Amino acid sequence: MGERTIIPFGPQHPVLPEPLHLDLILEDEKVVGAVPSIGFVHRGLEKLVEKRDFHEMMYVIERVCGICSFIHGQGYVQTIEGIFGLEIPDRAKFLRTIWAELSRVHSHLLWLGLMADAYGFESLFMHCWRVREKVLDIFEETTGGRVIFSVCKVGGVWKDIDNETLKRIVEVLNVVEQESKALTDVFIKDFTVQKRTRGVGVLSYQDAIDVGAVGPTLRGSGVAMDLRKLGYAAYGELNFEPIVEKDGDCYARTIVRVRELYQSIDLIRQCVSKIPDGEIEVKVKGNPKGEYVSRLEQPRGQVVYYGRANGTKYLERFRVRTPTFANIPALLKMLPGADLADVPLLALTIDPCISCTER
Amino acid sequence: MAFNVIGKTVMKSLFGKPATAMYPVIKNEFYPNTRGNIEVAIDKCNFCGLCSRRCPAGAIEVSKPDKKWEIDRTRCIVCNFCVQVCARDSLSTQRHYTVPMTDKSKRISTSYGQTVQEDA
Repeated sequence: MGERTIIPFGPQHPVLPEPLHLDLILEDEKVVGAVPSIGFVHRGLEKLVEKRDFHEMMYVIERVCGICSFIHGQGYVQTIEGIFGLEIPDRAKFLRTIWAELSRVHSHLLWLGLMADAYGFESLFMHCWRVREKVLDIFEETTGGRVIFSVCKVGGVWKDIDNETLKRIVEVLNVVEQESKALTDVFIKDFTVQKRTRGVGVLSYQDAIDVGAVGPTLRGSGVAMDLRKLGYAAYGELNFEPIVEKDGDCYARTIVRVRELYQSIDLIRQCVSKIPDGEIEVKVKGNPKGEYVSRLEQPRGQVVYYGRANGTKYLERFRVRTPTFANIPALLKMLPGADLADVPLLALTIDPCISCTER
Repeated sequence: MAFNVIGKTVMKSLFGKPATAMYPVIKNEFYPNTRGNIEVAIDKCNFCGLCSRRCPAGAIEVSKPDKKWEIDRTRCIVCNFCVQVCARDSLSTQRHYTVPMTDKSKRISTSYGQTVQEDA
């Protein structure tokens, strides 16, 4: 048995821009345990519900995260609509689905780039982000923002996408798909990349369920759970199956994200072919009263929103359980037995978003 | 096969267009929907103050007696909510972003309505 040392990892680390802190307990070069600590970037956004009315709060909640900002906004308005008992028009549901899936495409491309960067494949990282730029351009064209869209509202959406633009989006996505193929082949087939990812940080099927992992981390371990199957927004009318890989290692989690990238592009095509004409919003009258829990599938996994309203324009309580928070225990399961050099890679495979987690 | 891949990549790199934008020479074009700088058409404004009450960041200040409309550019989060709630369509987003500033005293931009300017 080697000598035990404790090495602090983060909150400032060259590989991870996220302020995740781990105290790694090492035996020589092997990790035997890790103690996480979070709370470096707490902003107190949940408390703001008491000071901003429920319409304004949408713009605050969107700023919980810079990557899945749209899905945070969507989750918030779904919670408020749930308290009101509002049924939004079908076109608005489809538009929300299109934007949510575009967010998934851009989030997964971003993650693939970061993953490539983590094992030192810089040109692949740049190519991934070059392709992602096309998706950001679609966002700017349709919503007005590249990162924060501000397009959801309680009762529908602010902006419509006309049918010609929808067709053009599909054409752009065809190009994105074609260009991504060349890139994702590297993640799937490249010998050196597989050396770094195969068999590293295995999370077994039972462990994944026991620690309550979510999203691609969970599906990479063979659990077919995807909240989009609940059928919120327009997902009920779309044809898809959760993507599952059995191995539970870094490679499996990468493959899940690669396949989800193509699945999302396919879902957008389905949305564009099925989108009905009509209104994009309904009028909202009065103030909400009651409580509601809504669950959505983010690129990183399941996100849970709880809102309680008391009949005034300010909510009483609002709570977000973000996917990274659920995936940190899974990370602690993966770490023991890994080499110190693999720790940044493992931390990255749960796609950590600490600013989400701490809000 | 591997030779083909490398050959293609080399040819693309040698004869293809650059992947990056030639930024200072060719400026990025904005879309009609782009949310940029918030601008007020002060002659249409009736100083009702709806934008100021709705602003999630508290960046806008409106004073009816002075006919004054004021925005703090560094507080504004360009969410477009003020533009959408304005009943008289006096607010709009421009096709360019707020210019970065190093002098904090220039962060507030103020517009005065017609009558006040005549008085002064």
